[in-house]
Amino acid sequence: MKFGTPIVALGLFTFAALLAAGFGVDEPFRQHMWVLFIVLLGFVAILLRNTNFQVAAPIDPSAYMDGPIRYGAIATIFWGVVGMLVGVVIALQLAYPDLNIEPWFNFGRLRPLHTSGVVFAFGGNALLCTSLYVVQRTCRARLFGGDLAWFVFWGYQLFIVMAATGYLLGITESREYAEPEWYVDIWLTIVWVAYLVLFLGTILKRKEPHIYVANWFYLSFIVTIAMLHVVNNLSMPASLLGSKSYSAFSGVQDALTQWWYGHNAVGFFLTAGFLGMMYYFVPKQANRPVYSYRLSIIHFWALIFLYIWAGPHHLHYTALPDWAQTLGMVFSIMLWMPSWGGMINGLMTLSGAWDKLRTDPIIRMMVMAIAFYGMSTFEGPMMSIKTVNSLSHYTDWTIGHVHSGALGWVGMISFGAIYYMVPKLWNRDRLYSLRLVTWHFWLATLGIVVYAAVMWVSGIMQGLMWREYDEQGFLVYSFAETVAAMHPYYVMRALGGAMYLSGTLIMAWNVAMTILGHQREEQPMTGSVPSLQPAE
Amino acid sequence: MGLMDRHAIIEKNATLLLVGSLLVVTVGGIVEIAPLFYLDNTIEKVEGMRPYSPLELAGRNIYVREGCYLCHSQMIRPFRDEVERYGHYSLAAESMYDHPFQWGSKRTGPDLARVGDRYSNEWHVQHLSAPRSVVPESIMPSYAFLKDTQIDVKDFSTHLVANRRVGVPYSDDMVSHANADLMAQADPNADPSGLETRYPKAKVGDFDGNPQQVTEMDALVAYLQMLGTLVDFKNYDDAAGYR
Repeated sequence: MKFGTPIVALGLFTFAALLAAGFGVDEPFRQHMWVLFIVLLGFVAILLRNTNFQVAAPIDPSAYMDGPIRYGAIATIFWGVVGMLVGVVIALQLAYPDLNIEPWFNFGRLRPLHTSGVVFAFGGNALLCTSLYVVQRTCRARLFGGDLAWFVFWGYQLFIVMAATGYLLGITESREYAEPEWYVDIWLTIVWVAYLVLFLGTILKRKEPHIYVANWFYLSFIVTIAMLHVVNNLSMPASLLGSKSYSAFSGVQDALTQWWYGHNAVGFFLTAGFLGMMYYFVPKQANRPVYSYRLSIIHFWALIFLYIWAGPHHLHYTALPDWAQTLGMVFSIMLWMPSWGGMINGLMTLSGAWDKLRTDPIIRMMVMAIAFYGMSTFEGPMMSIKTVNSLSHYTDWTIGHVHSGALGWVGMISFGAIYYMVPKLWNRDRLYSLRLVTWHFWLATLGIVVYAAVMWVSGIMQGLMWREYDEQGFLVYSFAETVAAMHPYYVMRALGGAMYLSGTLIMAWNVAMTILGHQREEQPMTGSVPSLQPAE
Repeated sequence: MGLMDRHAIIEKNATLLLVGSLLVVTVGGIVEIAPLFYLDNTIEKVEGMRPYSPLELAGRNIYVREGCYLCHSQMIRPFRDEVERYGHYSLAAESMYDHPFQWGSKRTGPDLARVGDRYSNEWHVQHLSAPRSVVPESIMPSYAFLKDTQIDVKDFSTHLVANRRVGVPYSDDMVSHANADLMAQADPNADPSGLETRYPKAKVGDFDGNPQQVTEMDALVAYLQMLGTLVDFKNYDDAAGYR
C-alpha cells in the first residue's frame, strides 16, 4: 500500500497530539497541541486521499529526485513573503505603537516570528532545496534513502508551523534565534539528523571522485548546526505535558552558550550554507569556473575554525569575564580575512564574464549579494572592536548590520539561485520574464540601501544621545527623548522593508507564471543581442 | 607532495571531511565556554542573592513569554552614562539563578536591571496597561490583558523542582510551600513571615490594585519590583570582583 507506514505512524502521532491537547498542564500547551492535532490530521487526510494499492512503478535509480526540491523552491518563496511581511508589520509597530494588538500580535511575540520566519523558514528552505539540488548534480547521484527527502522536507515545515504558532501563543524560551520550546527543539533535532543522513548518504554514493567545494560548505553547515542546536537547547521541562522549560545553564554561562549558538547561526546557517549556494550557482550562471581552488580550501577551513570563536562580541562590556570578551574580539577581527576570501573567490569567478552584468539580471543579483557579503563582513569585525561596540551595542546599528547581511547577502543569493533553478526544475526554456527580475533587483537593492542607511543614522544618533553630557556634567537626554527622536527613522525603515518585500512579491509572481508555463513577450535585455555596427 | 595535494585526500573522503570539520568547529567553544563553568572568579562573591520567590518566578515567566528582552536589556555596562542612568553596573552574580539569562541585546526601551523600587506598583500597572498615558513618547505595546488574566498556578512546585534540577538551590521547604508562598506574596492580609524567611527582601502586597484575585499583573509587577534590589552594594568590593 502506498504511504502505508506513514499513514499509520502519523495517525498515532495525531492521536498523541489529541491526548496532549486534553491533558496538558498549561493553557498555551493545550492550544499548541490542538494546532499540532489539526495539522497532523490534515497530513493524514492528504495521504489517505492519495494512497492506492497498486504496485508502485520502479524508480529509475539514475534519475535525480527533484520532487522535494520543487516543493522546497515554492516553500522558500512562500515563507519569504510571510517572514518579510511580518518584518514590515513590526517595523510599522515601532513607528506606530497602536498597531500592536494584544496579546497575540504584540511586538514581543511577532518579532521572533519575523526572525525565525526569514532565517529558518525562508533561509532554511532555500538551503534545504539548493543543497539537495547541488549535491545530486555535483555527485551525479540520486538522493540517498528513498523517501527520506520527503520526510526532511515535511518534517521541517512542521517545525516551522509549530515554532511560529508557538510564538503567537506565548510559547518561547526567549533566547534569541533559539526561541522554540523543548518539544519543538526535539522534533527539529530528529529532522536535522535525518537531513544529515540524507546529505551525507548522497555524497557517499557519488560517482564523482572529488567532493565539490559547495558540498564542503553545506556539510559543515549541517553538522555544525546540529551541534549548536543540541547543546544550546539543553533544558529542563517543568512538566512533560507543559510548554515551559528552564535552560540547563544560567546567567553568564547561559549568555555565552547562547551567543556561541547565536553568532554561529549567522556563521553557519546564514554564511557557510549560503557560500555553498554561491559556489555552485555563481559559476553555473556565469558559465565560468570558480576563480581559485587554493583560496577555496584556505578560506573554508579558516572560516569554519574562526567563526566559532566570535560569539563573545555580542557580550562586550557585560558581566562576561574580560578575557572571554577580548578573545572574542580578536577572533572576530581575524574573521574578516576568510570572509573576504570567499567574497574574492565569488566575485573573481566573473573574470572574463563581467559583461554579463549588463545583460543578465540574475548575475547582477548574485554579484550584489557577494558585494553585500563583503560589506557586512567588514562591518561586523569593525563593530566587534570593543570601542566601536560600546557605541553600537543596544542600538539600531546592530539591526542595520544584520539586515545588510540578511537582505543583501542571504536574500539576494537565494533569489539568484531560485531564478536559476526554477526553469530547470519545471523544464521551462526560460523564466516568465527577465525584465521583472530587473525590477526585483532594483526594488530589493534600493530597499536595502534605505534600510541600512536609516539604521546607521538612527543607531549612531541614539548611541550618541545616550552618552551626551552638558557643560555642567549632566546627561542631556532622558531615555524617552531618545525614543521620540527615532520616529522618523522608524517610518523610513518600514518603507525600505516594504520596497524589499514588494520585490519578493514580484519574484513570487514571476516564478508562479514560469511554473504555469507562461512566457512573457518582451524585448530582450539591452545588449544581450549584438547589434550591427556600421562599417567604418 | 604539497599541502594542497594532500588536501585531495579529504576531498575524496566524505567521512574525513565530516569528522575534520566537526573537530575544527568544536575547538572555539571548548576553549571559551568550558572555563566559565570551573573558573572560580567567573561569578563575583556577593551578599544577598537568593532564588526567585514563586510569585517572582511566575512573573519572570511572563516576562519571558512576552519577549520583553527584545526591547529591554538587563545588563548595565560599566560606563559613566549607564551607571548614572540605571545604577551600579551589572554583576554576573546577579543573574546566577537566571534560567535563561535575559540580558538582552537591544534597548528600544530602557534597561531594567535595577528597575525595582524605582516606581510605585500603581505606576507599573498603569504603565503596563496604557504605556503612553504615563510616558507620552513610549512605543511599548499595551499589556492590559495581564490585569484580567488570573494566574494559572496548578502545582507550581514543579517549576521550582525543574529549576533545582538545573542548579538553583531551592530547598525542600521552598518546594513544599511553593503554591502557598505564591498566593501569600500577593495577599496583603496573609502572614508573610514564612515567605520572608525563605525569600529575604521579598516584597509583599497587592501589586495590581485588585485584592480579589492573583493575576498575571501581580506576578509581573512583583518580578519587576525585585529586579536589582537583592545585592548589597555597600559591602561589595569592585576591585576584588574585577576579572
